[in-house]
Amino acid sequence: MTTQTRQLTVSHAPFVRSGDSIEKVMYTVALALLPAIAAAIYYFGLRSLWVTLTSVISCIVFEFLINKIRKKDLTCFDGSAIVTGLLLSLNVPAGLPFWMVIFGSFAAIVIAKELFGGLGYNIFNPVLVARVFLLISFPAEMTAWVVPHSVDMVTAASPLGLLKTEGLSAIANISYWKLFMGEIGGSMGETSALAILIGALLLYAKGYIKLKIPLTFIATTFLFTGLFYLIDPSKYASPVFHLLSGGLMLGAFFMATDWVTSPMLARGQIIFGFGCGFLTGIIRLFGGYPEGVAFSILIMNALVPLLDKWDLNSIAKGRRAH
Amino acid sequence: MRTFKKGGIHPPENKITADIGIEILPTPDIVTVLLSQHLGKPAKPVVKKKQKVKKGQLIAEADGFISAHIHATTSGMIKSIDERVSSPAGQFSQAVVIESDGQEEWADGLNIDIDYESLSREEKLRKIQDAGIVGMGGAGFPAHVKLNPPPEKKVDTFILNGAECEPFLTTDHRLMLEKPEEILKGLDIAASLFDKDIRVYIGIEANKADAIKIMEERTQGTRFEVVPLKAKFPQGCEKQLINTVTGRVLAEGQLPFDVGCLVHNVATIYAIYEAVAKNKPLIERVFTVSGMEINSRKNLRATLGTKITDIVDYCGGVTDEINQVIVGGPMMGKAQFTFDVPITKTTSGILFINNRGLERSRERACIRCGKCVEVCPQGLQPWIMTDLARLNRSELLPAYGLNDCMECGSCTFVCPANRDIVHWIKYAKVMNTRQKR
Repeated sequence: MTTQTRQLTVSHAPFVRSGDSIEKVMYTVALALLPAIAAAIYYFGLRSLWVTLTSVISCIVFEFLINKIRKKDLTCFDGSAIVTGLLLSLNVPAGLPFWMVIFGSFAAIVIAKELFGGLGYNIFNPVLVARVFLLISFPAEMTAWVVPHSVDMVTAASPLGLLKTEGLSAIANISYWKLFMGEIGGSMGETSALAILIGALLLYAKGYIKLKIPLTFIATTFLFTGLFYLIDPSKYASPVFHLLSGGLMLGAFFMATDWVTSPMLARGQIIFGFGCGFLTGIIRLFGGYPEGVAFSILIMNALVPLLDKWDLNSIAKGRRAH
Repeated sequence: MRTFKKGGIHPPENKITADIGIEILPTPDIVTVLLSQHLGKPAKPVVKKKQKVKKGQLIAEADGFISAHIHATTSGMIKSIDERVSSPAGQFSQAVVIESDGQEEWADGLNIDIDYESLSREEKLRKIQDAGIVGMGGAGFPAHVKLNPPPEKKVDTFILNGAECEPFLTTDHRLMLEKPEEILKGLDIAASLFDKDIRVYIGIEANKADAIKIMEERTQGTRFEVVPLKAKFPQGCEKQLINTVTGRVLAEGQLPFDVGCLVHNVATIYAIYEAVAKNKPLIERVFTVSGMEINSRKNLRATLGTKITDIVDYCGGVTDEINQVIVGGPMMGKAQFTFDVPITKTTSGILFINNRGLERSRERACIRCGKCVEVCPQGLQPWIMTDLARLNRSELLPAYGLNDCMECGSCTFVCPANRDIVHWIKYAKVMNTRQKR
């Protein structure tokens, strides 16, 4: 073939790419969630695994179906449905009926994600939408926390639930070490702070999460609950208890840091983290629900477009002032 | 080791031709000399069809302040003056087609040794202007304009740009290895146009250790200082290099002389040496031929107006896998739609590649990872610019620093959603210019 007859492709620069892709990012996040899944299986038994598989598979299936209905390119294997599935299972009790898990997947993938336009367009974190959806629809099942290492899925209240309903004395004999390791009742992924931190470390090392959001989130919750503990230690639990119990670690490192539903710029991220922490404290101490992480992140999700706009306006203003 | 502060990326270097000496490509029988090889207005032809010309003779005159002369790149007869010849910049331009007589006969008074040290500043500038020298790193800005900033701008730092941060390209690298004396003389000429106490730096990326060594040896005891640079793209962009070497930062709309700096790249300085010391107009240049889909990879010195087809023939042809020809580097170069394109004053490299994998991957929605913000050397917000450009709201982009973007492509390089960020930014620039008209 001579050069005259050869077909050339015209495209625009750059002609090299880093090789980073949505798939690569999502599968790395999935990998970072494995320690938490393993901890759930260790504490709550094999049923945890079945809950996880049900949730992951149903998420992929829902995404596939909606891709077909919307006549879009298949995105069900880009890893984001898998991450949603894994996170969803970590947000429910190990004993939740399977059909409810599937219902949760539907809420996450179809309602919270695809109806808004799919990955990148969703305003709210799909997993948290599903969690709140399930919590409001099935309050009994969603708070039937399995007792760790129990043979026949004995359920009990979570430490935060105990605190809310029975007061400070009910949690007096729960050690911080147990809370840190996760040997307590709770949703599958919320119990072991250690497992969450291992995964978060991997994401941080890969550069996939920036620490501004989780650190301000956790610090604000700590300071807020600490303030009330200082005022009246006989009425309020210690800030360390609040730090280690419930969904704070999972929420701060894996939910609030979700790229799509968190602010792009530094100031917005700090305000976002602060808002999450503040609302979590308010709900935990004074709200009707024992746990407020999911609600507070969802409320702050709604503010993200405003925070971004504010930051961008400041940038434009700074440029004009030059 | 120094490097610029904000952003930057590390694309694979692929400097395959770093150890291959510069070869001279014989002038082909027919050369097609484009009349728009520079930034600004195309030159106006001053020759007619069938006219005989000698090598180095002026064939087109600069038109206006920002423009440059064009010279016959070989001796022979003007075959035609074509109105629409595709240029490597992706546009059509007027071109003078010369049929070579094979004599390579220089016009009178050219290619001779000159006692240039006694020349005045104005005489030197005149020679640079007469030689039609433009920035050969890619921008093509007329050198005599750049070297003659308005008198109220005090230039205290002159930087020789030997960064060559684009992957594959080894043009400046080879020139520094093979012509260090000439380059340093050229640098001396350029620096002599300014105050006596001007500081002169030679910035070279650390991946060219041999060039750093040669330049350090030759500049011992002189006022020139070699600055090894930590390799990072886009180190060779003027603003970044100024930041690395002097720590100064250019605000939006500022030119290097606004912060007292002037940057010229190695190939340009070499051309300035030849123009002032040898009376040689800019009619040939060195460039890299590389990429996986050409049979032999080389550094070539060729006559301007040589077509890519001639170069492919000289380099043993292309493979069957080829699907893109890029003029320039892989980060900021331009894809060609035909091999039938002549090289110009700004052609620093020609790459023959197979990019089918990239071609098939599709653009997805922004997942707001913030990587484009992280790597932007200008500290911009490429994501929002892309969103707005896609929504046809290009007029909103200048508020976020659209004109500060030098289109280095770092944002697009890192984007996991495979968005054509820099393309949308270029698109917005075009849309805004159209609106103004």
